[in-house]
Amino acid sequence: MPDFNPENSVGIVSPQTMHFEEPLALDCGRSLKDYHLTYESYGSLNKNRDNAILICHALSSDHHVAGYNSPDDKKPGWWETCIGPGKPIDSDRFFIVCSNNLGGCKGSTGPSSVDPETNKPYGPDFPIVTVKDWVRSQEVFRQKLGIKQWFAIVGGSLGGMQVIQWSIDYPDRLKHALVIAAAPKLSAQNIAFNEVARQAIMSDPDFHKGNYYAHNVSPKRGLMLARMLGHITYLSDDAMRQKFGRDMREGKINFGFDVNFEVESYLRYQGNAFVDRFDANTYLLMTKALDYFDPAADYNNSLAQAFKHVRARFLVISFTSDWRFSPARSKEIVKGLLDNYKPVTYVEIEANQGHDAFLMPIDDYIEIFSTYMNTIANEDGL
Amino acid sequence: MITDSHLRSDLQIISKWITTDSRVLDMGCGNGALLNYLQQQLGVFGYGLEIDQQHIVDCIAAKVNVIQSDLNAGLAEFDDSSFDFVIMTQTLQAISRPDLLIDEMLRVGREGIVTFPNFGHWKTRLNLTLGGRMPVTRSLPNRWYDTPNIHLCTIRDFEKFCQKRNIVILKRAVVDISHQPTLRTRLFPNLMGEIALYHFKREIH
Repeated sequence: MPDFNPENSVGIVSPQTMHFEEPLALDCGRSLKDYHLTYESYGSLNKNRDNAILICHALSSDHHVAGYNSPDDKKPGWWETCIGPGKPIDSDRFFIVCSNNLGGCKGSTGPSSVDPETNKPYGPDFPIVTVKDWVRSQEVFRQKLGIKQWFAIVGGSLGGMQVIQWSIDYPDRLKHALVIAAAPKLSAQNIAFNEVARQAIMSDPDFHKGNYYAHNVSPKRGLMLARMLGHITYLSDDAMRQKFGRDMREGKINFGFDVNFEVESYLRYQGNAFVDRFDANTYLLMTKALDYFDPAADYNNSLAQAFKHVRARFLVISFTSDWRFSPARSKEIVKGLLDNYKPVTYVEIEANQGHDAFLMPIDDYIEIFSTYMNTIANEDGL
Repeated sequence: MITDSHLRSDLQIISKWITTDSRVLDMGCGNGALLNYLQQQLGVFGYGLEIDQQHIVDCIAAKVNVIQSDLNAGLAEFDDSSFDFVIMTQTLQAISRPDLLIDEMLRVGREGIVTFPNFGHWKTRLNLTLGGRMPVTRSLPNRWYDTPNIHLCTIRDFEKFCQKRNIVILKRAVVDISHQPTLRTRLFPNLMGEIALYHFKREIH
């Protein structure tokens, strides 16, 4: 292998897969007879096994959080800005783990995996999984890893919601909860966007009611539309104006329906790139998991009651221009914690990048994130 | 660890008014020094409210729970009587409606503590009456056009305000700029005091 030493990176990493033979009961009433979770880890577990951090990924990302799977990779993992040597989540200090959620398409058991009972892909028969199910599966994963308690569980967007669920369902299993650009549940507007995305996929003639694998096709046009729509909600109006304005590819109006504006070109590019790396059935499942997420529902619709037995200390971060999960939504989370006198710090980062800001190297954000991690690690002598 | 000798002396006075194991809200908590001290010395549980990003970083490093918020927006995130003490040091005069915020303090807290620069100090009076200029002093270093202090008051103003609003003053301390009480500040507080500290609660009929 040629020398490959990207700066401040965990470098070359390989995913691993863990197999589970005990059935996993799911919220929908069904269960998965056996399943596997694909994950990556960086850094090393210390002697006391108390420096482990679990990262929860967002809707369309996966376990490949940091580093490169091969020297030929054009891009590192999705949270390279925050994870690695000397970064907010420092791989020289922590043992960092991220697993691909059940229902995913990057290695963990999901709709595109082969159902051992039929020897065919699950397709639309894969059960609808929830955030609670993911947490339940990760709890079994924790036991198998031999980690008594996560030092911290960290996630952005849907991943942040998973952190919340962890803190409620297994309060003794994490010391710190870092919830970034999340919400306590989806709004009608959030669900509406997800529904349009699902309709785009399901109305694609290549969808075949989810059995497209058998036809050797995939609903590419639908998935592309879903991704284009998603991208609009990840950016702010301001960020789009700055990035594209009304710039035109050929510098003039071409009186046609081909790509004319730069923003059209960007969305088509993002949509196209996505269909090659993502499974449509997984996209459907992930959006449903988002829609169904509502931890307060089990507690008389009171987030304060849901947080009553939480033991983790919280850091909640939002971004001013995020309209998908706005600062007001993060404040709802904070309010639920304040109502219980739980330790929480809340920071609203001034940023114009919209929801995507949580992935960006924004100075204020990195400083807050680093200071927090550094302080709690020092406290425990890690 | 912050010890007595490192804590600003006005904060030391305040810390003597706080009871052990109480719940404290510090509005405009700055670098979190007071809350950090109260947590360590008195075992209080508290939150700080702060708007400035750099102060928030300091609070995190000082292990203080800090909630980024704009005090001018009120305290809607807190229920009635959530805290034993609500503290606001050197911030009252920079608030758009101090009267409403003091109401909010006494809604979410049983008792309130505020500190502010006394506009009745002889130097401020001299600046205005003889100099004919807006006062610029040690405790009020800004000029009229760049000052964050938009609602300055005197010791007498504040006490009249409390009287009118059925607020009982439990304790008062008047100090000079180095936050030391002197004989002069004791004898002529509104003339000699540079900083006023008040501990108060709502009068219940």
